[in-house]
Amino acid sequence: MYLKKLALAGAVSLMGTSAFAACAYENEVPLKSLSAGFEAWKAVTDAMAECGNFQAELDQEFRTKQPAAFEANPSLYHIGGVSNGTVTPLLNAGTIRPLDDLVAKYGQNLSPNQLIKVDGKTMAIAMMVNTQHLMYRSDIFEELNLDVPTTWDEVFAAAETIKAAGVVDHPIGATMKSGWNLAQEFVNMYPGFGGAFFNADNTTAVNSDAGLKALATMEKTLAYTDPEVLVSDSTYVQQQFQQGKIAISNLWASRGGAMDDEAESSVVGKVKMAAAPMAMDGGAPATTLWWDGIVIAANITDEEADAAFRLAMEGLDEEMVKANNEAAIWLVKGYEPGPLAEGAIATATASPAAPAYPSTTQMGLLHTALGNELPAFLTGERDAAATLVAIEEAYTTSAKEAGVLE
Amino acid sequence: MKFKTFFWFVAPSVFMMLLFIAAPLISVFIQSFQVTQPVMQQVEVETCTPGFLTQTCTTEVKTVPTIDEETGKTITTTSWVGLQSYRNVLQMDKVWEAVSNGALRDILQIDFWRALRFTLVFTLLTLPLVIGVGLIIALAVNNATKAVRGPVIFISLLPFIITPVIGSLSIYWLFVGDGILTATLERWTGQDIAMFAQAWTIELLMYFYRVWHVAPFAFVIFYAGLQTVNMDTLESAIIDGANRFERLRYVIVPHLMPLIIFIALIHLMDCYRVFDEIIGFRSEAHVISLQWLTFNFLTPDDAGNRAISRAAASSMLTMIGIVILLILPLRRTWRDHKGGAH
Repeated sequence: MYLKKLALAGAVSLMGTSAFAACAYENEVPLKSLSAGFEAWKAVTDAMAECGNFQAELDQEFRTKQPAAFEANPSLYHIGGVSNGTVTPLLNAGTIRPLDDLVAKYGQNLSPNQLIKVDGKTMAIAMMVNTQHLMYRSDIFEELNLDVPTTWDEVFAAAETIKAAGVVDHPIGATMKSGWNLAQEFVNMYPGFGGAFFNADNTTAVNSDAGLKALATMEKTLAYTDPEVLVSDSTYVQQQFQQGKIAISNLWASRGGAMDDEAESSVVGKVKMAAAPMAMDGGAPATTLWWDGIVIAANITDEEADAAFRLAMEGLDEEMVKANNEAAIWLVKGYEPGPLAEGAIATATASPAAPAYPSTTQMGLLHTALGNELPAFLTGERDAAATLVAIEEAYTTSAKEAGVLE
Repeated sequence: MKFKTFFWFVAPSVFMMLLFIAAPLISVFIQSFQVTQPVMQQVEVETCTPGFLTQTCTTEVKTVPTIDEETGKTITTTSWVGLQSYRNVLQMDKVWEAVSNGALRDILQIDFWRALRFTLVFTLLTLPLVIGVGLIIALAVNNATKAVRGPVIFISLLPFIITPVIGSLSIYWLFVGDGILTATLERWTGQDIAMFAQAWTIELLMYFYRVWHVAPFAFVIFYAGLQTVNMDTLESAIIDGANRFERLRYVIVPHLMPLIIFIALIHLMDCYRVFDEIIGFRSEAHVISLQWLTFNFLTPDDAGNRAISRAAASSMLTMIGIVILLILPLRRTWRDHKGGAH
């Protein structure tokens, strides 16, 4: 009896593992990947795992691990998940390989839009776009007879009305956690005022009129946010939205799906998306465009690279997108933009369009300088002009140390 | 013990200490005077990024590291820079400027001094609290009836066995936003409370958390010490008419003095490296510590840059700080030790 049960259990578990019926082929080469851990990556790596012999590591700290792991020979991972921010160190160190041959062999289903080309060579395959855009509670806006804001001034006007009505705890939610998130808010706002980050000689240009305006706008936001906004990251803002505590936020498109997740959200169907607000009239939406995609390590054998790319294509196929349509703004064929994608598409197709996040060494350094120096301004310890000077100095020091500046 | 026996007895631990403490220390010391950077070159690159429907391609001049054709590695140069990294961390020019302008508060806008201010206040303020609370618990347990002593000791020790970063995260979750405790306090006082919105409330929570976490350690040591108090002296003190406080002041505390110094030493060393609270409480905007500063220099940004040299300088400064703090209690132990040898 016992043996029979055991045999049955064994058979069932075998059926479980042989689920790669969903995959078109069986993968023979052991492969590993390292990527971020959000919903879209889970969908893609799950689809890859169906082909067998594949181990996915989903880690939000991937950005600190990836450069060293790919520099090892042989590389610790075959497939890397990157964004336009985190691809920089891999490109700089030459630890990812050109994919043109492999695209010709396996990439029939890729659209030209997906091929990330650097100097004519395809270095990465984009799978989705991401951007911070306006999310708002449509029910509150209707009730208070508000129009969807298109500029930050309108956002503040709407926030004032919502605050007066007292329908939520705090009208605006913002991803202003000290460090990377807060710096990103500035990186969104500053180009919106027409600012350029760098001069031709690699010195930073943030100490400018546009810089002051960007800071002023960020400061205005504070009047409408949670007083603990300097500890709130994307997940925290997402939860505030889900729990009905905020009404407006300029939040990542990749967080949109969570609003309609009935297991977590109390505002299912009530959160709508629109283009990121403009910082000034006639300007671009005050945000940056991001893509997420895959790269293949350079320090692996050609056979492994071949298998890895083939597997990645299997993960990025129509079938996966159809099953996970709401998980991201996919660039893959078969994606049907739903209502949650409206905001991101409006942002990406606006004219003038929002700039892509610059993937350069200098930007990494400036991002850190911003993240370290901005909090003092928002806590009121330092005025705007002094803050911009401090950012400039912090950038100069680290740029000299990194060899970017003489 | 024969020297040879002694030597082989301590050799493994001396070897480990040399390998894992001395060698890294020397390496960091050397790195704090060096800067290693990639050889950068300017190249014109065309980069294409996807929009939603079409790509945008831009051609721009980028500064990128040079890669060795043969090895495939980035070419780097290492140069001696003297005290430059220390200057970058300390920013003494700004400090003097602030002093000469009479605007002393401006000094606290420099990361290092901001971190030093908090680290010192944190260390020196929690020290007497830990010793005091530890002593009170020890005395209370010592005077408790035998039957409850075991469970009381067990419960008192619980905070100490919690992993620091988990403990600080728990406190964070209890108090952040509408955490259970904040919500309760809000209902009780009828006010909107935001514990993580300003520096002083965060600091208060940090002090509370550290004392809560470390006091059991002091308690265990003191409790062991209390078992060795000379009963004859205590009894004669009672006969001499000393009240409870006087017995504590003139008999027990002097007896425990070496233990108090010991706990002070350990606490100073641990506290000066305060780190978990900063990460757990996400307090970087309001409060940072020296150890966090080093960590922040070492964390690579998206482009993979780390400020290794400044991190090395900052850790050397942290070590110097600990040494200065420890001089006083160490001198005392040394004196006692010499006194005891007579």
